[in-house]
Amino acid sequence: MTPTDTTLTSQDPVTLPAPEAAPAPVPPPVSPLRAFWAEYRESWIAVIALAVVVLVVLAALLAPWITPQDPYDIANLSLMDARRPPGYVGAEGYTHWLGTDANGRDLLSAILYGLRISLQMGLVAGLVALSVGTTLGLVAAHSGGRIETAIMRIVDLQLSFPAILLALVLVAMLGQGKGQLIAALVAAQYAYFARTAYGAAAAERRKDYVEAAHSVPLSARRIVFRHILPNIMPPLIVVATVQIANSIALEATLSFLGLGLPVTEPSLGMLISNGFQYMMSGRYWISIYPGIALIILIVAINLVGDQIRDQLNPRLKR
Amino acid sequence: MSDPHLVIDRVSKRFDPRVTLGDRIAARLGARVELRGVQAVRDVSLAIAPGETLGLVGESGCGKSTLGRMAAGIMAPTSGTVRLEGRPVMSPGGTKLTTRVQTVFQDPFASLNPRMSVGEILAEGPVAHGLTTRENARDYVAGWLDRVGLDRSYVGRFPHQFSGGQRQRIAIARALAMQPDVLVCDEPVASLDVSIQAQIINLFLKLRRELGLTYLFISHDLGVVRHISDRVAIMYLGRIVEIGTADALYADPRHPYTQALLASVPRLMTEDAVGAEFAPIAGEIPSPLAPPPGCPFHTRCPAAGPRCVAEMPDLVPTGAQRVACHLYTGGVELAA
Amino acid sequence: MTEPLLQVRDLHTHFFTRAGEVKAVNGVSFSVDRGRVLGLVGESGSGKSVTGYSILGLIDPPGRIVSGSIRFEGRELVGLDPDELRALRGRRIAMVFQDATATLNPVLTVGRQMTLAIRAHERASDRAARDLALDVLKKVGIPDPASRLNTYPHELSGGMRQRVAIAVALLHRPALIVADEPTTALDVSVQAQIIFEMRDLVRSLGTAMIWITHDLATVSSLADDVLVMYAGRMVEAGPTRVTLRAPRHPYTAGLLASVPSRNPKGVDLPQIPGSTPSLLRLPPGCPFQPRCPRATPVCREDPPRVVDSGREALCHHPLPPASQAAA
Repeated sequence: MTPTDTTLTSQDPVTLPAPEAAPAPVPPPVSPLRAFWAEYRESWIAVIALAVVVLVVLAALLAPWITPQDPYDIANLSLMDARRPPGYVGAEGYTHWLGTDANGRDLLSAILYGLRISLQMGLVAGLVALSVGTTLGLVAAHSGGRIETAIMRIVDLQLSFPAILLALVLVAMLGQGKGQLIAALVAAQYAYFARTAYGAAAAERRKDYVEAAHSVPLSARRIVFRHILPNIMPPLIVVATVQIANSIALEATLSFLGLGLPVTEPSLGMLISNGFQYMMSGRYWISIYPGIALIILIVAINLVGDQIRDQLNPRLKR
Repeated sequence: MSDPHLVIDRVSKRFDPRVTLGDRIAARLGARVELRGVQAVRDVSLAIAPGETLGLVGESGCGKSTLGRMAAGIMAPTSGTVRLEGRPVMSPGGTKLTTRVQTVFQDPFASLNPRMSVGEILAEGPVAHGLTTRENARDYVAGWLDRVGLDRSYVGRFPHQFSGGQRQRIAIARALAMQPDVLVCDEPVASLDVSIQAQIINLFLKLRRELGLTYLFISHDLGVVRHISDRVAIMYLGRIVEIGTADALYADPRHPYTQALLASVPRLMTEDAVGAEFAPIAGEIPSPLAPPPGCPFHTRCPAAGPRCVAEMPDLVPTGAQRVACHLYTGGVELAA
Repeated sequence: MTEPLLQVRDLHTHFFTRAGEVKAVNGVSFSVDRGRVLGLVGESGSGKSVTGYSILGLIDPPGRIVSGSIRFEGRELVGLDPDELRALRGRRIAMVFQDATATLNPVLTVGRQMTLAIRAHERASDRAARDLALDVLKKVGIPDPASRLNTYPHELSGGMRQRVAIAVALLHRPALIVADEPTTALDVSVQAQIIFEMRDLVRSLGTAMIWITHDLATVSSLADDVLVMYAGRMVEAGPTRVTLRAPRHPYTAGLLASVPSRNPKGVDLPQIPGSTPSLLRLPPGCPFQPRCPRATPVCREDPPRVVDSGREALCHHPLPPASQAAA
């Protein structure tokens, strides 16, 4: 025993002259974003998918600068180069790695330009649907009663028949054009967000921190937007990734059917459609390559979404 | 007691299930659909004097938390009113009208918004109600952090960075920052570790001394309630069955339920009595969906008689407390 | 001398998480004999439940028993084949969890799942299985057991569900029951009933039991022996009466002193300062040292075992054996 012992043997050892609070063992703040990335990195499939998404987005953004040809500048096109197979070296002196289409367009350039439009449609429609759907879901969850019933019945009704059908009908009614198409995509998709937001908000509303906010009391608007909304973002982000991929697919479908964008805005769906008639004559590349690009983009977005969902779902956490 | 401060006046709360068209059809087809409501609180009246601590004890489902929420103005009663110094705490439409009754909840992991910093959590209410300005909020918050024994430097941190005890201190500081007169504490130590419970109980004692707070202290823990309360009310199936000063009630419980409850709690026995007998109450709490007629405790009461099945006893002065039991109002036999 | 039913020696169970190695159980030793109840007491994060799961072989990755020995009925359980462990579990060692709803299958009647549980380990006719089920349901104090056989778990109250879970645990007359906070979620009066009945059951059946809890009062009325854990380590162990009457470890003493009913009404309670440490950043030596009123620099070294009257404490500065702590 060390000599210090004797000085310390208090006879009343359980009356602890305690300071009010402890020197706090508070962990150093770790940026949640960094922690999220550290976990994300563990799935190599998800990392590859993310890399693909980033590459595709970059390629689409930079298309005017990295493509050998502006496929929609008629002056650049030569019918001599039409329907050439991949690897063909055209009159301009560069290689058409993915071949050319019926008008002599370089397919690689056309795909990158098409991605631009597809992504743009998917993102805009997805984000607008996110805001519209979330607002409706929150309003329904918060107001309750007849408003809740009215909103959620319409949402349920819409979820019970295929989005493509609704989009087709709407496009047929509204006519062609970017704005019309986005409106149709939003109308076909907002219901998913409304359902998710409603479900999450209804669960969140019963939690103690919301009761605590009512106890202060705080205004209803403040409780909904400052307390409930930030806490239902995780499931909404997951739905948003999936729905952006769905928007892109839906838009491609509509364009393939000739009901999408006007010819001046050729998205991937229209490229596939344009090449479709040549499939049987062996000129597969005109349709197949835009199709592959579309599949890669959608699969990659979905894989990223899956990983985010897994990470945000506490039940799958170790 | 002098002029009561917080008055709970003949308050009842009934939860009716939302019966949808689907439920009705299912019920018609023979499915077991719950169409009955739950009478969570039945005609309860309480008055708490300024600076007093009233302990509210009961087992789960007895309605103590529901009563606490109504007292705090979070939930509107089905009938009856809650008043603070004569003014209603809630409007008939269900809007809370006062900031002077605040709440501390059981689970500090659920009661703090995980996406807000400590500073935001504490300043939000006071700024919204003009108790401080946005510019002075930082100092204002720091003062309350001092008061509950937390470091001022915590303002920028988020709830997940704190332990359970520290979170409960944050939750208490949030309530205090609204400068309340009355604090409704709903099981505030039940979910804390044993070694932390004493810290938080001491904090409640200190705050009462320093700020003269009035507490409605809800707990299932008889030991904790006795330690902190001036008066204690015992609830069973939505009703107060006994109420009196803590000393009198623990020394001489009158209602058979109170007696059984006190006898059934495993006590910390460190003397020769280790392993000594304690007497559990027979039977189980009846479902609040189908409360028994008459006295709610008669199904488990060793002294019950025919009158207990037929008549609901009223709270009447008995000894130093008030008790709702026929034993003290002419016996359990039916009057001829 | 015969070997005790269960002997755990220097058990280390660690979890290898993203944030680092969590030493959930860090050198725990104890033994349990037939017909005895051991109370395993600790706060959240003390490692009391992980100790119980280790005995049952229910530690899943990223967790692993790193070292130590668990001998049960003369067999070493650490490193035992998972299939053999599974055969042991439910038959010789049974577990009761805090949340009975999680252990009972919601779509099967009580009778059906008890029959399945019986047949998982032995052959039994419908008649024999039914009789056995009725018998154990009666033992755990379920009124009118025959009618309960046809009910579904959700139709029972919380207390009844927990009783059914205990009955399922008793089906094969196990030698050891590990009960993890089995009454924590229940009401005071129901909790008392179950503790009361368990005490009689263990005595009459000769089953050994490990009762894991954070509640000292429950332990004092049920357990023959007590083991107090703190931050993955054992701090004090011994016969319940001796240990709780005159604890020698400052942590046990501090816990006991802070119980409201042992203090004059309304005065400040003697409190243990600070909060339980993170298992990722344990101080060297005694884990309680940062919160301990008796700590000195020597506490940064591993504490010695101090033994008296069948009880041991791991402490550099234990309280005197006949301390006035309980006064």
